[in-house]
Amino acid sequence: MAEKILMKGNEAIAHAAIRCGCDGYFGYPITPQSEVMETLMSEKPWETTGMVVLQAESETSSINMLYGGASCGKRVMTSSSSPGISLMCEGLSYLAGAELPCLVVNVVRGGPGLGTIQPGQGDYFQSVKGGGHGDYKMVVLAPASAQDMYDFVDLGFELAFKYRNPALILSDGIIGQMMEKVELRPMKPRMSDSEIREKNPWATTGKTPDRKQNVHTSLALDATMHEKLNNTLQSKYRQIEANEVRYEATMCEDADYVIVAYGCMSRICENTVELAREEGIKLGLLRPVTLYPFPTKYIQGLASQAKFIMSVELSAGQMVEDIRLAVNGKIPVGFYGRLGGIVPSPEEVLAAFKEQIKNLK
Amino acid sequence: MDIKDIIKPENRVYAKSKILTDTPMHYCPGCSHGTVHKLIAEVIDEMGIQEKTIGISPVGCSVFAYNYLDIDWQQAAHGRAPALATATKRLMPDKYVFTYQGDGDLASIGTAEIMHACNRGENIVVIFINNAIYGMTGGQMAPTTLIGMKTATTPYGRKVELNGYPLKITELLAQLDGTCYVTRQSVHTAAAARKAKKAIRKAFENSALKKGTSFIEIVSTCNSGWKLSPVKANEWMVENMFPKYPVGDIKDI
Repeated sequence: MAEKILMKGNEAIAHAAIRCGCDGYFGYPITPQSEVMETLMSEKPWETTGMVVLQAESETSSINMLYGGASCGKRVMTSSSSPGISLMCEGLSYLAGAELPCLVVNVVRGGPGLGTIQPGQGDYFQSVKGGGHGDYKMVVLAPASAQDMYDFVDLGFELAFKYRNPALILSDGIIGQMMEKVELRPMKPRMSDSEIREKNPWATTGKTPDRKQNVHTSLALDATMHEKLNNTLQSKYRQIEANEVRYEATMCEDADYVIVAYGCMSRICENTVELAREEGIKLGLLRPVTLYPFPTKYIQGLASQAKFIMSVELSAGQMVEDIRLAVNGKIPVGFYGRLGGIVPSPEEVLAAFKEQIKNLK
Repeated sequence: MDIKDIIKPENRVYAKSKILTDTPMHYCPGCSHGTVHKLIAEVIDEMGIQEKTIGISPVGCSVFAYNYLDIDWQQAAHGRAPALATATKRLMPDKYVFTYQGDGDLASIGTAEIMHACNRGENIVVIFINNAIYGMTGGQMAPTTLIGMKTATTPYGRKVELNGYPLKITELLAQLDGTCYVTRQSVHTAAAARKAKKAIRKAFENSALKKGTSFIEIVSTCNSGWKLSPVKANEWMVENMFPKYPVGDIKDI
């Protein structure tokens, strides 16, 4: 039997980092994710795997340390919460522009501004639509359990390196803080310097006579060159959209109605679906696991089967816009959300759902 | 005597460093960047550390430093070079890592990054080009712009009431326990350039000895920004910049 340990989602991130061959973590304390760096510091991985852990002077610095580490072909990551991620958006744009892989974890709290330390999902737009300047995308994974937090670290790195692009784990205060049993996967060693040279020939490992210099930049002042650079990025994003969509559909096969929810809200809405089914309402649940790329095609399919789709979010309605784009007016799309860190119960969601289908023709 | 009889290895007194590429430099004639690039190239060459050196270029005129020095480079966001250098050095401790930054990049937008990298005593080299002006964006005021100095954003001269004082960031950084070598140099004469090169070499040697951060300010000219000829710019620098930014070692442990 694989080892299972009771731990917080945030702690799972730290243990996964050490065990999946992460080379460096650079972070800055912020609630509700400080356990990530605290766990790393108490585990002292520099004595075991050689992983570097450093508390930076700001989130701005953390993300730029990732730019440096990623340039060296290393598996580097940071974690933060909403206001800190806002500071990182400059760096994320540069990383995306320079096609550098890294992993960022956002344990989302309520905004805007300093907001609240309670959970929220108001950073959806920032995560999937950009956040920083320019036309770029990040692979966005939405964990719904402490186990997901653990597993998405390795998956995030894998996708980041596959596409040489930043990957983001978009979590929330509930998933970060709640304790669950987590299965620790087998240890993966860190890559040696020679493996890095071989697998990441683009890395700034020092110019040797057998190759040209490696330069990581997002700058191209010539318009033709810059359009070419942008087109390269865009064709990469089309590939990601074609290959990497992940979702979980629960009881959607016969569903008349579908709730779409991610992260902590998908856990709550699982119960809402059960309650509805007990009452004979054919309700299903779609949980996008990747928010970018978004399960657009699957939702298009649902739109020709179901009568109504409702997005449930801890926001004023952000993911619902992508659902509307997918549905394209074919069926009505509803929304239910709570703000300020208030988390609705399964019953509350069901009541809101019933209220909204009342008005359907 | 035929010219071929003269061009022989034993007669050679000078050769362009092989670290310098053949790419024509975009710097204005008279600008200090070209000279400083050459000095760094020569140090890397003479120490035989091309395969072990990673440069971090800034935002500003020297953003394109990677076009001129044939080593691996990372081009940082404005002011963030010391953060990139920190991670690079910590993840590859056997490498020589240096940042190359101007006064806007290092002493304005990147103040936090340089301060904390130096305070942590990162074993890196920082080359700081101080020409008291923003070159690339068209000659605006820098934190190091002198009182009374005219720039695009101080068209009537820098005034203390409006803009505060010229920032002597090098003296500030010398106060930090993490810096081992802090010096101010210039490259306006052959003698000065030779001294600057010695300082650069010492800084690179320090990082191998894990002594902490070595910081070299080069008081430089921006004759285009200053609207002076190259010769006049050098004279202006000696007369006006040196009294505020005196050359010499500030700290050497």
